[in-house]
Amino acid sequence: MSEPDTGGGERQAGAAPLSAVELRVNDQVRRLELDPRTSLLDALREHLRLSGTKKGCDHGQCGACTVLVNGRRINSCLTLAVMHEGDEVVTIEGLGAPDDLHPMQRAFVECDGFQCGYCTPGQICSAVGMLAEVRAGSPSHATAEVASSRISLTDEEIRERMSGNICRCAAYPNIVAAIRGIAEGGAA
Amino acid sequence: MIGQPVNRVDGPLKVSGRATYAYEYWDAGQPLYGCIVGATIGKGRITRIHTENAERAQGVRMVMTHQNVPVQGVRDESVQFEYWRAQPVLTGPDIHYHGEPVALVVAATFEQARAAADLLDVEYTVGRGRFAFAADDDEAYIPKVVNAGLPTDTAVGDFEAGFRAAAVRVDQRYTTPYEFSMPMEPHACLVEPRGEDLVVHVSSQIVDAAQTSVAATLRMAPERIHIVTPFVGGGFGSKLGVHAETILAALAARVLGQPVKVALTRQQIFQLVGMRPTSSQRVRLAAGRDGKLTAIAHDVTMHTNPDLEFAEQTAATTRSLYAAPHRLTSHRLTPLDLPRGADVRAPGEAPGLLAVESAVDELAHALGMDPIEVRIRNEPTVDPERDVPYSDRHLVDCLRDGARRFGWEHRPATPASLREGRWLVGYGMSAAIRGHFQGPTAVQVRLEADGTGVVRTDMTDIGTGTYTILTQVVADGLGLPADRVRVELGRSGLPTSWGSGGSWGAANSCAAAARACAALREKVLVAACGDADSPLHGRDPAGAHFGDGSVRIDGAEGASQALGEIVARHHPEGMEAQGEIRFMGDDPNYSDYSIHTYGAHFAEVGVDADTAEIRLRRMLGVFSVGRVLNPKTARSQLIGGMIWGAGAALEEEAVVDSRSGAFVNRDLAQYLVPVHADVPDVEAVILDGYDDKANLLGAKGVGELGICGAGAAVANAVFNATGLRVRDFPITIEKLLPGLPDVDA
Ligand code: FES
Ligand code: FES
Repeated sequence: MSEPDTGGGERQAGAAPLSAVELRVNDQVRRLELDPRTSLLDALREHLRLSGTKKGCDHGQCGACTVLVNGRRINSCLTLAVMHEGDEVVTIEGLGAPDDLHPMQRAFVECDGFQCGYCTPGQICSAVGMLAEVRAGSPSHATAEVASSRISLTDEEIRERMSGNICRCAAYPNIVAAIRGIAEGGAA
Repeated sequence: MIGQPVNRVDGPLKVSGRATYAYEYWDAGQPLYGCIVGATIGKGRITRIHTENAERAQGVRMVMTHQNVPVQGVRDESVQFEYWRAQPVLTGPDIHYHGEPVALVVAATFEQARAAADLLDVEYTVGRGRFAFAADDDEAYIPKVVNAGLPTDTAVGDFEAGFRAAAVRVDQRYTTPYEFSMPMEPHACLVEPRGEDLVVHVSSQIVDAAQTSVAATLRMAPERIHIVTPFVGGGFGSKLGVHAETILAALAARVLGQPVKVALTRQQIFQLVGMRPTSSQRVRLAAGRDGKLTAIAHDVTMHTNPDLEFAEQTAATTRSLYAAPHRLTSHRLTPLDLPRGADVRAPGEAPGLLAVESAVDELAHALGMDPIEVRIRNEPTVDPERDVPYSDRHLVDCLRDGARRFGWEHRPATPASLREGRWLVGYGMSAAIRGHFQGPTAVQVRLEADGTGVVRTDMTDIGTGTYTILTQVVADGLGLPADRVRVELGRSGLPTSWGSGGSWGAANSCAAAARACAALREKVLVAACGDADSPLHGRDPAGAHFGDGSVRIDGAEGASQALGEIVARHHPEGMEAQGEIRFMGDDPNYSDYSIHTYGAHFAEVGVDADTAEIRLRRMLGVFSVGRVLNPKTARSQLIGGMIWGAGAALEEEAVVDSRSGAFVNRDLAQYLVPVHADVPDVEAVILDGYDDKANLLGAKGVGELGICGAGAAVANAVFNATGLRVRDFPITIEKLLPGLPDVDA
């Protein structure tokens, strides 16, 4: 897939110019020619056909579209793809595959941290990004000692930090259990 | 394997983003994108649509409005269930509710379609709409039946006399708001024309309904519609039927001869898939000083769309919950120019038990009695309205077990008497009851020549665990290891099921699968025992045991043969058998017995003594659901339901602008559903059980029971914490703040 993707069907004469962008997605360089209005989420789902990243609201209100950009979790629906020239994007597909799961993915299966599975890629990417934030000492609303660089990852910390990821199946207690297990095991 | 906490077999696909949902198929190449344009008025008429600007916009392939929409079938009320009826769209210039589709714009890319949709210019004359709900509306009417075909009203004894004569009475009105299913996967459809046929990838709970409904709407033969829905990102009732996105995608794909996909925006979900009606419920309870109920009345008024009647069965389980000689239930509808009422998870029980189980708490308080004790004293011996025995009722066991596990004895006996730091602390509890339904379902089980078992049915897995429990049932039924069983679901052409809904999916499909396994074992034995070259030849099949991929007769002394070998010798193309479960109306157990699931909820809340912020601290549910097929997935569903119930008590509420008929808080930032931070430790315990009247597996549904009564337990805990009874749900800060008591720390 080194051919640029022109994104969806034929175009009419006089069409607005496309913008070129180069992303590094799951360790692969992907060159795209995109309508500049294309969100990072739609670039992933509709152009790179990486539909593991989900669209739940398209408004930054549900977290289903969470991916890791340069190691940080973001809502990919809230950012335009062309703003990410040269960025490193990791999606759920890049974290692991069915026969080679990331520890966080395995923990979700083990703890039954999902039901319908639609919020799940976002929850998992968010969880991985969140643990990195905790390791980096970044405090949250639930942090008792904001000045301390060592944050103890209580269930309240996990819940507070994961609250941008809605699960309508309400697998929340199992998600927290999965994340706690990984945090204690130190595997993610 | 049945009864084991097996991990979901579709888990690795889901956690790695490889499970494919309706909008995500590429096998037909690049589809076109459709965006729905909705009416910006709540009632009136389109006088003109200017489509030129949109049509001229970049990438646009079509603008479909009521002026050029192909002829569609009409919604036929003689078809028994709504979800199987035609659902025509863009039917004319009249607007019936805010957001009703007025056009579909199809373009080469999503960005182009969305931009062109904004260029559509629609002129309206605004009519006078009725948007504000009032319980005492003069136009309230009596529906013929309520949802699920249940009777509208019931009466036993002489309620008025019984109520007047009682020593202690509760007479209160509770209101519940409009609520939405709000699955995380938006309602979506991708339609691919294939010759004369349409392949319809749609997020749907019932394949047969989707196929029939799309066919009836497009006036096509059902066998030309191929439904594909192997993964569904949550439904909660809102995907029982198909909606505008599906019909519009199908119409457009057919006109254009190209694949088209359409998803609702999150905002459109608040307009186009229906919602739980708002309700006003008067509950009257009368009891002697001994706590024994003498009279129960539950009278419900709710909204309905005038053209698409929906009467939620809100008072229905009140008919089976407690004993009392004098009883009344009723349902009334007030027509409003709003989207249709619809099934939302636990239709009936979710709002109904919120009211009734709050009222029972009020009665216990008036009696000065423990609320668990009041419930135990009113435990019926037979279903009090149908006068038939219960199949398997363990409500009291759930209450007692839950009380012990939760530490109910620490509940402050006096409301507003316990303070911990900033927090006023309270305990609450509630009973849970949910009707169990059975619907016609067929499952085919095959054995392949390589010894693999294949389960095939058009049943769906909407997060419920169907793939997993069918794997377990068939692994047991054929004596195969789980990894030798493959389950194919969610596609038309497979044996027809009643799909996922009403908590019936697991029991229906697993009971049918168990029957299919029995029939297939029979066939295998006939083939092997009659085969002169088989080691099993001439042996008595009565002594057969299926295990480890083989069948053994007469134990260690006897002989065995691998299943794959038997199949390869006799039917190299595979051996199969079908199992079926019939409609509950044709099964005498469902008329001779009252078949329900039960539970008891316990909740602890803290209410901030100064700000009235309400925090749920912990929740426990103890449930009786017959036999549990998979305790891991069942627990997840129950916990999910409990959290849903807590959300209904404290958060969820869609608000209508009474001038325009629009839902003003139509997104996930303003329509609040529980998030991680709202959810403390929640535990669900399932009692061992087996309901031999329900089906041959003894299993019943769990998907909705967790909600039933859960909100009331939270509401009762808020009362216990504060002494304040809020009867207008959800219970929010501003409703508590004015009356917040002074409690010493
Ligand atoms: S889709 Fe991005 S936050 Fe909901
Ligand atoms: S698993 Fe269904 S929304 Fe989270």
